[in-house]
Amino acid sequence: MSSKHTLSVLVENKPGVLARVAGLFSRRAFNIHSLAVGPTEHPEISRITVVVDVDELPLEQVTKQLNKLVHVLKIVELDNAKSVRRELLLVKVRCDARQRADVLQVVELFRAHVVDVAPDSLVIEAIGNPDKLEALLAALSPHDLREIVQSGTVAIGRGARSITERALDRASA
Amino acid sequence: MTQAQAKPQVPQRPRATTSPRPSDPHAGTGSGETMTGAQGLIRALELAGVTDIFGIPGGAILPAYDPMMDSKQLRHILTRHEQGAGHAAQGYAHATGRVGACIVTSGPGATNLVTPIADANMDSIPMVAVTGQVAAANIGTDAFQEADIVGITTPITKHNMLIKDPADIGPAIAQAFYIASHGRPGPVLVDIAKSALQSSAPFLWPERVELPGFNAGAKPHAKSIQEAARLLATARRPVLYVGGGVIRAGASEGLRRLADLSGAPVVTTLMARGALPDSHPQHLGMPGMHGTVPAVAALQKADLVVSLGARFDDRVTGKLESFAPHATVVHADIDPAEIGKNRYADVPIVGDLKDVLQSLVPALEEEHRKHGKPDLEAWWLQINDWRVTYPLGYAATQDGLSSPQHVIQRLGALNDPHSTIFVSGVGQHQMWASQFIKYERPNAWINSGGLGTMGFGVPAAMGAKVGQPDQTVWAIDGDGCFQMTNQELTTCALNEIPIKVGIINNSSLGMVRQWQTLFYNARYSNTDLHTGHGTRRVPDFVKLAESMGCVGLRCESDADVDATIKRANEINDQPVVVDFTVSKDAMVWPMVNAGVSNDEIQYARGVAPEWDREEA
Repeated sequence: MSSKHTLSVLVENKPGVLARVAGLFSRRAFNIHSLAVGPTEHPEISRITVVVDVDELPLEQVTKQLNKLVHVLKIVELDNAKSVRRELLLVKVRCDARQRADVLQVVELFRAHVVDVAPDSLVIEAIGNPDKLEALLAALSPHDLREIVQSGTVAIGRGARSITERALDRASA
Repeated sequence: MTQAQAKPQVPQRPRATTSPRPSDPHAGTGSGETMTGAQGLIRALELAGVTDIFGIPGGAILPAYDPMMDSKQLRHILTRHEQGAGHAAQGYAHATGRVGACIVTSGPGATNLVTPIADANMDSIPMVAVTGQVAAANIGTDAFQEADIVGITTPITKHNMLIKDPADIGPAIAQAFYIASHGRPGPVLVDIAKSALQSSAPFLWPERVELPGFNAGAKPHAKSIQEAARLLATARRPVLYVGGGVIRAGASEGLRRLADLSGAPVVTTLMARGALPDSHPQHLGMPGMHGTVPAVAALQKADLVVSLGARFDDRVTGKLESFAPHATVVHADIDPAEIGKNRYADVPIVGDLKDVLQSLVPALEEEHRKHGKPDLEAWWLQINDWRVTYPLGYAATQDGLSSPQHVIQRLGALNDPHSTIFVSGVGQHQMWASQFIKYERPNAWINSGGLGTMGFGVPAAMGAKVGQPDQTVWAIDGDGCFQMTNQELTTCALNEIPIKVGIINNSSLGMVRQWQTLFYNARYSNTDLHTGHGTRRVPDFVKLAESMGCVGLRCESDADVDATIKRANEINDQPVVVDFTVSKDAMVWPMVNAGVSNDEIQYARGVAPEWDREEA
């Protein structure tokens, strides 16, 4: 059965590594749902979070292929129930003084923030799991949404264990 | 795990001119000495153990060619096309087991290497390609002879890198040779900006190659080995399905012990021919699309398939769902990504085949001690019946011309399998050379299996001869293949690389023509090459050979085949080209049509084996 999987890929912070990882998914005909990359607590390691739509078996194959990339240190699939997943949403809403109260009420309900105000528009920032952001957009949909920009999912496992630490242990063992 | 020692591969055959290499690897590496990137590159190649390198200079790589002139260790062989340099490096690696090396310039020089790199990637050949790149400041500006070769080759290399800082050259070359030769072998490309070659920096040669993300291979799990041994000891219809991994791992000896001990029949794929001697009584030949009936049938009827360094390629399995339908599968491979890729593995074993066989043999001995040897008599009765009923063979030609199979069989018979390396291109002649020559040892059969690169033969034979100068090297080529890369005969003649080329000249793109005969109502669209018997002979291969400084011979009848081969074998100071003109109507049999079940193998056109005869 096809479903969304969240992979955390720890990579050496080298030029071109994102292209290698992303390219591998596309070459094997996987649909990347979202992708986020950034530094970690170790300056030499970056972390890529990939959400893919894929069956169990091909996922195993693509994970093995990813593992063969020299700059890939570790791949962990994060279980939805045992991880925290967040996306960032910025949305520009056209609203004049009369509509503003309505919009602000939605912002408050979703614990979002207004980060830019102009006479005829607001920019709203919201952080949350993908479901929450979808609901926020639905609530805002009666208004004129001028621009939507969304980050990829970042995810981290719950509890004290660190996948980076374990990757480093493995590397220096 | 990985902080393994960088072991520059010490050449087994030190050239007379080789400068003495210090026994202490850290002394005399020149680490810390300031030099240009170009000098550093040559130093690094020497430290990596390179003695022979194939290539062509050009603008971006030019700085490296200057210090190369002073190297006492490096022999550079100037090819006539970059593709030839790449395939030569492959042939060299294939014949020696060492890393093959080639060096070319940026842009078109680099893109001309794409085919050999893809070929090496498919067939797991250890190779390092060094390409020049435009100056760092010009990268991304569409500069003259700029191509993003790292981007282009990312999907077809094991690893690649772009070097813009001269200080990085030594470590990059050390890593490249380490990665190419450790774990599952493969091609590594190092792209070096011209500005890095021209500027100076302290030369660095790492004591260890540190690659935290690189997995050089795990030891096989004892549990899996035990389970594999248990299955082998209890199966009634086992088959050892042997792939090229056994050859790459140098595990032929272990394979032989496992074959002898288990008593199981063995099939060797196109990439594994010679892994077990063809004279071994349990050897059934090659499986797959043009495999022998016994090899194909044994896999289809097996209750246990032990795959050793093979990858369940579609040319072996036919329609995957119906491949070896009754078999439990043990799959041993150094690359975890191969296991379960095409066929579910009941018992997965990840590890170097040498280690796998080394532990599997005693584990099986232990099983035999405990439970006795399995009774394979009924299995062998059935197999031997297939062997008697469906041996490899071919029909006589109808047009009075030589049969290509006869020519190839004689080439095999008149050369010592222990001192001859056969290299082929791709097509009918390749299949016949795999079928009708008896291989007795590994690395004596070199061909392009996975990518199926026409034109592989001549340059790969050149590389093999450079790597194994004391062996006779015969390229068995097709007239189509030969016309793609024959310019490297010029390289052979000028560099005293006396290979022998037998062109199996059926005046056409034979395999394509065979498919047109079988599947396109004998409508021969664009497969006639006009090079054979009774044609205008454009080009005339004998004259072409002579013009390139080779001896050219022609053989037009069965009666002359032996004498011509003997004559070619007597010439050892020059490359020889023999134009064997043969019938274009000969076809490769047996055959499983593409995409159908291996059960539907045809022994000859319209002749299908009667499977149920023995079982009824």
